[in-house]
Amino acid sequence: MIKRSSWALPYLIFMIFFVALPLVLILVYAFQDGSGNFSFENVLRFFSDSDAIATFALSLEVAIENTVLCILIGYPAAWILANKKYNRSAVTIILFILPMWINALMRTLATAELFNVLGIRLGKGTLLFGMVYDYLPFMIYPIYNVLNKMDKSFAEAAEDLGANPFQVFWKVTVPLSMPGVRSGILMVFMPTVSTFAISEFLTNGKIKLFGTIIQENINSSMWNYGAALSLIMLMIIGLTTLISGDSGKAAAGGAAI
Amino acid sequence: MMKKILAKAYIWLIIILLYSPLVFIAVFSFTESRVLGNWTGFSLRLYENLFSGGMQGAGSLLSAVENTLLIAVAAATVSTALGTIAAIGVHNMKGKLKNTIQFMNGIPMINPDVITGVSLFLLFVFLHFSQGYLTVILAHITFCTPYVVLSVLPKLSQMNPNIYEAALDLGATPAQALRKVMIPQLKPGMVSGFILAFTMSLDDFAVTFFTRGTIGLDTLSTYIYTDARKGGLTPELRPLMTLIFFIILILLVVINVRQPKQSKSIKG
Repeated sequence: MIKRSSWALPYLIFMIFFVALPLVLILVYAFQDGSGNFSFENVLRFFSDSDAIATFALSLEVAIENTVLCILIGYPAAWILANKKYNRSAVTIILFILPMWINALMRTLATAELFNVLGIRLGKGTLLFGMVYDYLPFMIYPIYNVLNKMDKSFAEAAEDLGANPFQVFWKVTVPLSMPGVRSGILMVFMPTVSTFAISEFLTNGKIKLFGTIIQENINSSMWNYGAALSLIMLMIIGLTTLISGDSGKAAAGGAAI
Repeated sequence: MMKKILAKAYIWLIIILLYSPLVFIAVFSFTESRVLGNWTGFSLRLYENLFSGGMQGAGSLLSAVENTLLIAVAAATVSTALGTIAAIGVHNMKGKLKNTIQFMNGIPMINPDVITGVSLFLLFVFLHFSQGYLTVILAHITFCTPYVVLSVLPKLSQMNPNIYEAALDLGATPAQALRKVMIPQLKPGMVSGFILAFTMSLDDFAVTFFTRGTIGLDTLSTYIYTDARKGGLTPELRPLMTLIFFIILILLVVINVRQPKQSKSIKG
């Protein structure tokens, strides 16, 4: 009989081909010039390309702003939703999850069209507004999940020991809900920093983010430079993941219904 | 009491803001005007156009919907099979290899879509693999399977490890034991993995965009992207968005009503 541990082999082989090899290829293409020789040309080009650096900085800025806004707006919402005193209906929760299931491009376009009809000029403001629209549910849901499963007796114990409601919230509830906030950050920050298309729609093509530059280079057959830009984004992602700790499971838990 | 009203008001304010674009689209799906925001009286014309294909530059919208569903079903089915078998393997593993597999399994989930898309694009270019349906489906399997693995693993640890052995002792072949003993136990995890994979695939834009090649293969996302860049949405997209919205609403309500009976099976 074959050992059951060998059942993972097909998937391992699959991943070596479709996960590991493609990432290695990014590295390889990033350090090659057009004719296939080893070179630092592409990476150096990024650092001397002031437009690309400006876009890169703007992407980081927008992603951070979006993430902070989502926490500020989303945390209270998640807290209220998880609090039996204020919310007993499953319908409101479904209403908050629902947008996660609708195609992001579709929601973005709907938002952009609404701005257009209302006569709001598309620009950085609408970009942020639209991004918060798109990603807020991804922040609320993981936080709600953690708060909902939290052992209420901790908060009660703190109360019994004389903490006021404010202290209970800051010293007990918030620290216990940090895993949810972390996976929320991952689910909001990572997609925003790499988004393309969304930023073009929300600003009528006026503002380009880093993802768009990667896409433009790849689409115009500048594969080597595109790969170098992808490599730079990969480093940002790696860094974020390292900072926020064991994330894979957290992110998946948040994505489930 | 005051607090309660404030809390409710906050929640509903967010809901209203979140939904206003969708409601706006839904309202204007019931009028004929080709310009959004211009109400020219109630009409079901756009719905008729959508289903009869009687629209400008049309046909391709319905085929894009078909492609989207086809790719999602194919990718979710293969991912569920591949992921379930992999999860059983991982569950019975120890040591470095197990960690390696779990680490690799996490990569497609953390990687931004653009990176997954670009890296797979480079792979297919490198292998001189012509891009089309097959490459899109393979790419979708790549980012869907990790979710299946993570949905099935918890079910495996809840399961009594002896029952599979018992089935073997009682004379079942490994295939029979898998089909009759393991799969029924793992089914809730497989179902939620399938649903996750399916929706991930439906939602995808970036990965499809980079791996679809130049044969003119369009999914709903890429269709919308191209359409919007041409300037202005095809009006028939309004009824389509409205329908999708209600289908998902109904699905979610059904799943959530069923959920308590199935002992929270769909929670990741």
